[in-house]
Amino acid sequence: MNFNFKHEWIETNIGLLAVLTMLAISVGGLVEITPLFFIDKTIEKVDGVRPYTPLEQRGRDIYQREGCYLCHSQMIRPFRDEKLRYGHYSLAAESQYDHPFQWGSKRTGPDLARVGGKYSNEWHVQHLTAPRSMVPESVMPNYPWLKATPLDTSDIAERMKALRKVGVPYSLTDAEYKANVAKFGETVAKQLHIPNAQQSLIEQANFGNYDGDRSGISEMDALVAYLQVLGTMVDFGKYKDDAFVNDR
Amino acid sequence: MAVTTYSGAEQYNFEVVKKFAIMSIVWAVIGMFVGVYIASELAWPFLNFDSPYISFGRFRPVHTTSVIFGFGGSALFATSYYVVQRTCQTRLISDGLASFTFWGWMAAIALADFSYMLGYTQSREYAEMEWPIDILIEVVWVAYLTVFVGTIMRRKQPHIYVANWFYLAFILATALLHTFNNLAMPIDLFSMKSYSLFSGVQDAMTQWWYGHNAVGFFLTAAFLGMMYYFVPKQAGRPIYSYRLSIVHFWALGFMYMWVGAHHLHWTALPDWTSSLAAAFSILLLMPSWGGMINGIMTLSGAWDKLRTDPIMRFMIVALSFYGMSTFEGPMMSLKEVNALSHYTDWTVGHVHSGALGWVAMITFGSLYHMMPKLWDTKMYSRKLIEWHFWLATIGIVLYIVAMWISGITQGLMWRAFDEFGNLQYSFVESVAAMHPFYAMRAIGGMFFLTGMVMMAFNVFMTIRQGKRESAALEAKLAAKLAHA
Repeated sequence: MNFNFKHEWIETNIGLLAVLTMLAISVGGLVEITPLFFIDKTIEKVDGVRPYTPLEQRGRDIYQREGCYLCHSQMIRPFRDEKLRYGHYSLAAESQYDHPFQWGSKRTGPDLARVGGKYSNEWHVQHLTAPRSMVPESVMPNYPWLKATPLDTSDIAERMKALRKVGVPYSLTDAEYKANVAKFGETVAKQLHIPNAQQSLIEQANFGNYDGDRSGISEMDALVAYLQVLGTMVDFGKYKDDAFVNDR
Repeated sequence: MAVTTYSGAEQYNFEVVKKFAIMSIVWAVIGMFVGVYIASELAWPFLNFDSPYISFGRFRPVHTTSVIFGFGGSALFATSYYVVQRTCQTRLISDGLASFTFWGWMAAIALADFSYMLGYTQSREYAEMEWPIDILIEVVWVAYLTVFVGTIMRRKQPHIYVANWFYLAFILATALLHTFNNLAMPIDLFSMKSYSLFSGVQDAMTQWWYGHNAVGFFLTAAFLGMMYYFVPKQAGRPIYSYRLSIVHFWALGFMYMWVGAHHLHWTALPDWTSSLAAAFSILLLMPSWGGMINGIMTLSGAWDKLRTDPIMRFMIVALSFYGMSTFEGPMMSLKEVNALSHYTDWTVGHVHSGALGWVAMITFGSLYHMMPKLWDTKMYSRKLIEWHFWLATIGIVLYIVAMWISGITQGLMWRAFDEFGNLQYSFVESVAAMHPFYAMRAIGGMFFLTGMVMMAFNVFMTIRQGKRESAALEAKLAAKLAHA
């Protein structure tokens, strides 16, 4: 084959240059991202992971809004020190309903992937309002407005509908509701039902009384409800220590 | 505008170049000021002042967006429009479309900054803009591609100069990354809030594919384009190796896109993906250094310019920092090193050695070269350029040394065990240990910002001087015509 390639061909033809460049830059993403949607082992088979309740989801929205992810990761790595400090390493399954993911990239503060249940609601409320009153060396900003701001619950159904469109199994129809009952049990399924969204949000907030103030539902209620569920969905006691080793 | 000057005001569209160049300096001052402020918040948290609008979490994207897209982006628009016209010896195909990219880009950055302060964010690092702003950016970007490629199509030379390859790769890659990383579902057409299309592990991978290539193409390939025009121009000699520029262009473009997953080592991302990314990260050292060598060796035989020419010094120091951070990067992508460095300030230091050392320094050099030409004059003060150079260099060194120490200290404290096998330090002890380094980092940033303000002043005076000179010239000409 006498194929005498000259780079000059590319340098003198803008169309060829653009097409070849486009090809060169497309390969990496195609090879590394697309298989993640199809390889079955990418997300571990594990019981207990469910979508957030309406109140928790609103808390998550506030977590995003305040940029918590810039200082707190939600991704525990499989190291001895992280196991002791934070608990079992994070599974992909645990963030399968997280749109967007909040794994983070920096630990100016500690990891929060399993912060749920570690501290009382009262501790969180006090700590979020004035971190240095609980942890003198902390560099976290105060968030006094969370407790003072009533939670907007009016658009919760719209939010859940948007999440449903991107794949979170919130139910809109009876058939979807029944499927959720089968998958998550009736108590959870009720909270994932969009027609009930606002009511179940209010019920959870009143029942949980996360901010310690029964006079109304604040943004603090939602955020603490979210923090308290983080990392608590999977019961690792049910699994052997090496149950997830082969999934990586 | 009766006077046709050497800078060719009519042959080329320099209006849009001037606007972008000025705004690049304005965004640099704003973005770096916010950077110093948030660095200070970490050292002295009372500076958050209990205000939602300037609390660290909302203010940090204002810093990153203003410097990356405001300062860096405007500098890239300015220089790419300048370079493509000079090297193709033709005017931009459309003044209107070019002007649209200017106003559209400015609007996008300003809207993004305000929206973060009000709490609207996608919470994707370096892609925090919510969906309406993303659409605006997409439209501006298509216009940019049209102007750039259209201008190349009108070139008077058969060859497309190497700087334009890099600018083109940057424009195409940014379009690709921006589009796929921002796929999201708004909750309502009249709401700023949206949820990302992907979740969990796929979302994480998409975001860091974007995140690292924002570095790879926006902050590297594009600035290499800048380097390929302005370094040989300032040095007054041709690029060291044509062959090297070909090889490292294709290698860089191909390999960068694979490395994003090294931000996700040891996470719930499958091992195969992050291992593949680590392998490509190490390979990437070669094309990166290819660019550095090609730039630095362009000066071979004229090394004395480093002593005499402060603008050249900016450029060569930029290339040195580029070489250093593209060595540090592959090293940090090794899993064992990453286990220590990830989640710590070391990463922050690494980013800044690239962003301040390479991106900002090469931009300063290029702007100092280009701006007097645009206004057909000389820089107002050479002394101020010298001062800027030293303040910037000292600032960077303070910054990255502080972050090296704090990052490695954090990493070691988190994994330290006592003799009974318990964790030796509580988390907050590591926070307390960071305080002196956070203060040192803020001071380093202040040095850098001070140099930047000097540059802004110097440029302001240069433009005034240029306008005065051309007015004087015009008056002289008018007087001559009146006599005749």
